[in-house]
Amino acid sequence: MSTSPVVYLDHAATTPMLPEAIAAMTEELAQLGNPSSLHTAGRRARRVVEESREQIAGVFGSRASEVVFTSGGTEADNLAVKGLYWTRQAADPRRGRVLTTTVEHHAIFDSVRWLCEAHGARAEWLDVDSHGLVSADVLRDALSGDPASAAVASVMWANNEVGAVQPIAALAAVAHEFGVPFHTDAVQAAAQLPVDFAASGVDAMTVTAHKLGGPVGVGALILGKRLAPVPVLHGGGQERDIRSGTLDAPAIRAFAVAAVASAERRSLEAKRVAALRDDLIRQVLAAVPDAILNGPPPGPERLPGNAHFSFPGCEGDALLLLLDAKGIACSTGSACTAGVAEPSHVLLAMGADESRARGSLRFSLGHTSAQADVDALGAAIGEAVTRARRAAARSSARG
Amino acid sequence: MSGGVDSATAAARAVDAGHEVTGVHLALSANPQSYRTGARGCCTIEDARDARRAADVIGIPFYVWDMAERFARDVVDDFVAEYAAGRTPNPCLRCNEKIKFEAVLDRAVALGFDAVCTGHYARVSDSGALQRAADPGKDQSYVLAVLTRDQISHALFPLGDTPKSEVREEARSRGLLVADKPDSHDVCFIADGDTRGFLSRKLGSAPGKIIAQDGEVLGSHEGAHGFTIGQRKGLHLDRPSPDGRPRYVLSIEPVSNTVTVGPAAALGVREITAIRPVWTGIEPPATPIECQVQLRAHGEVHPCTAAVADGNLEIRLAGEARGVAAGQAAVLYDGATVLGSATISATR
Repeated sequence: MSTSPVVYLDHAATTPMLPEAIAAMTEELAQLGNPSSLHTAGRRARRVVEESREQIAGVFGSRASEVVFTSGGTEADNLAVKGLYWTRQAADPRRGRVLTTTVEHHAIFDSVRWLCEAHGARAEWLDVDSHGLVSADVLRDALSGDPASAAVASVMWANNEVGAVQPIAALAAVAHEFGVPFHTDAVQAAAQLPVDFAASGVDAMTVTAHKLGGPVGVGALILGKRLAPVPVLHGGGQERDIRSGTLDAPAIRAFAVAAVASAERRSLEAKRVAALRDDLIRQVLAAVPDAILNGPPPGPERLPGNAHFSFPGCEGDALLLLLDAKGIACSTGSACTAGVAEPSHVLLAMGADESRARGSLRFSLGHTSAQADVDALGAAIGEAVTRARRAAARSSARG
Repeated sequence: MSGGVDSATAAARAVDAGHEVTGVHLALSANPQSYRTGARGCCTIEDARDARRAADVIGIPFYVWDMAERFARDVVDDFVAEYAAGRTPNPCLRCNEKIKFEAVLDRAVALGFDAVCTGHYARVSDSGALQRAADPGKDQSYVLAVLTRDQISHALFPLGDTPKSEVREEARSRGLLVADKPDSHDVCFIADGDTRGFLSRKLGSAPGKIIAQDGEVLGSHEGAHGFTIGQRKGLHLDRPSPDGRPRYVLSIEPVSNTVTVGPAAALGVREITAIRPVWTGIEPPATPIECQVQLRAHGEVHPCTAAVADGNLEIRLAGEARGVAAGQAAVLYDGATVLGSATISATR
């Protein structure tokens, strides 16, 4: 339908690989060697992996030995929440509670629900405010009543839908007051904010390559040395016996290259992207005055590349189709079941009703975003909203 | 795009004809696996994937539209209610009327599209009348005949001129992986194909009598909704008919929950009253017209005289038709052209 160049406003889904990461990965793909092999080829691959591990540790403020490579964010989240729950439960059967928020990514959300259904865990869903933020007091209230029953706490560093940046250091400190290990999913934050494992005080932290210019299919759980989660994957005992499986040296190398490059540019990029995002918000609100910006106001509590709106009277799906037809890529930010959009649990948790949750779109900017992208959206959004409203009005008139 | 070969080929042909085409798959069940599984229905996760792959190959955008609520209300609930009232509905016809060419068309037009293009085998004449497809074995004009003139004017049927075998061949040459997928049959929302079981779950079972035309009780049943006019099998009667010939369901009376059976000769119908007529091939006729009528999907065509009386359609057949069920559509044809349609309410 569209022949015009793509206006890509979906960097939170995945962002283009950095050229240097592509070059590093391509070079490494031509090399031979399993990093676990003892011969020369294996040692060469091992060296690539270990140098990459050190670089990634440097970027995220951890020791190299704390970096456990995984296939990505979902696997790291599963390993952290399930693995730590199983370990803590085995040590003391009273520890049946998992504390997390109502706005987590499905990798956490569904892992916790599964622990409840399959392992008898009890979920403690921490409430968020209307901006999607959880406070340290909420966590303290949840823990102080019965700290001995808490197995693990997990709160995302920054929300993937509305960009809310949580007070992670304060939350980790509260968890530690009660002796409870604290995990954070930093998949979105790591691309745009300075994310320091040691300084934040968290015990475990999920990061992934493809949100910061690396390839899809590689990530890491950064894990304090004292913690030994029960593995989700059993096998050859790689990665401290916590995550078995042959290490993907080309992807790991590209991950490290992208992490280093993205960290070097981060502070300048964050300013540049935030300025574009602010203009995007201004243009959208000018074209659609009754659009509602979801999430915290622009500032330190919001990811610089995130803008998320509800468009009253519209269905997000219809808007997405119309913008896609104009070559503009964005997201409804919702999970799909056989392609059918469910209203976002994040917006519902923030107090939105179902129709507002369904009528939402996320625009996310990144390292390739430019003023022209924002202007293209600003020029198209008004007409798209008009048409989507007409479609919704027709269907409710028939309803 | 259902995930079948017809809608995929229709989409490809629409692209070739120069249209800007967007593929839409309808999610018709809130729980996709509760509808028919395997490669036969139109509502499964596998079908959604097949449709998406076809759109990829054709090179068009593709979306899933959630019509589950509308489908449940306008097609499934209607299907159950019609049976409960002793009628025999055609859910495909209802789906065309209320979902594909109403809910989907409305949304599409509002979003800026001009028409809904489907893989139905039917044609539209230059003057805008619905016509039978070139392939008489595949013709679907009967299940589209309920559409209004306005709905037809926003419909594209690119397969109407082509035999099914050629469509499969074309799909294969276009690289569409669904080329050899079997045709869908039966009612897509009844997962196991057991319509009677489905209706019993929805309507419960209530024992009732099976009687002869003279009122003699011949047996019992678990719910009148399990029967269709003209049905012969599954009556489980206590004793054979006096003349030893098979007996057929002649009428279903939901209020008294009674099923009347009798000989084949008693199934014959010569006059039909049909309600809510829709005229798309001609203006509503002021005087009786000579034409042909089709009384069920893939059914035979009967010469008839049709007239409008009190807003209803009165049909007098030249001969006799058998097993005509209330709730089905009576579709009037002049040769290949659909003149209009109405819902059968009474037969004599």
